[in-house]
Amino acid sequence: MVEWTEAERRAIESVWEKIDVNVIGPQALESVLIVYPWTQRYFGVFGNLSSVSAITGNPKVAAHGKTVLKALGSGVKNLDDIKSTYAKLSELHSEKLNVDPDNFRLLADCITIVISTKLAAAFSPDVQAAWQKFLDVVVSALSREYH
Amino acid sequence: KMSLSAKEKTLVKTFFSKVSGRVDDIGNEALSRMLTVYPQTKTYFAHWQDLSPGSASVRKHGKTVMGGVMEAVEKIDNLCEGLRNLSDLHAFVLRVDPSNFKILCHCLLVVLAMTSPEDFSPETHVAIDKFLASVSLALSEKYR
Repeated sequence: MVEWTEAERRAIESVWEKIDVNVIGPQALESVLIVYPWTQRYFGVFGNLSSVSAITGNPKVAAHGKTVLKALGSGVKNLDDIKSTYAKLSELHSEKLNVDPDNFRLLADCITIVISTKLAAAFSPDVQAAWQKFLDVVVSALSREYH
Repeated sequence: KMSLSAKEKTLVKTFFSKVSGRVDDIGNEALSRMLTVYPQTKTYFAHWQDLSPGSASVRKHGKTVMGGVMEAVEKIDNLCEGLRNLSDLHAFVLRVDPSNFKILCHCLLVVLAMTSPEDFSPETHVAIDKFLASVSLALSEKYR
């Protein structure tokens, strides 16, 4: 079981309160597709991903970014049982979508970087530590049903 | 071997010339975050009195690290040759596990994004990520 200090809980919630999933989601997904272009392999059905402007202008990318960030909210609200919160999504990503779980780490890093541009100084080292610990736990939960 | 396009090199040079006045703060912030977010990295600094964010040792070392980064920007056309001394240092004296280069690069990216949000476009993000990865590669070149 993951142990969270009061300070960590507050830090994670404070980050979540400050961000707009409809803005952060698309930006984070765009970043991962641009910075780590091999991740595009999973998004053949999204159409044109052939350039930076194609990616940032792609409505399917934006919609999916929102979906992914909204799902992160479930984890924020269930810090004490992230494992079962993401059990179904883990199965989906491994069995149906066949996503290499290392990609979750890449996306987590991009989410963190995009958030830092919005929160600026509010994203202190301690807050970053709590946030990244949260993302690590989510990534771990998503990687659990792989076999 | 991964290489940077001419456009990416320009993006990197432009970005870093814009932040050149703040490199000491950037180094301090990046290192402070690394030690806080990835506590295992503290094992390399057991000889410091104070490992807390913004301490004198952390500030001093942040400055040293950023000196290296800025040198790398200047020598962006030939990192392996240009960073030969730093490469020797990391391979034979410091022997920092190369996984830590990735960690510090991530922390640097967070700080650069945080402090220059308007200049941190997706194109700039990938260019700097590639640049820092190339620097890391140059530094670990002589490891074995």
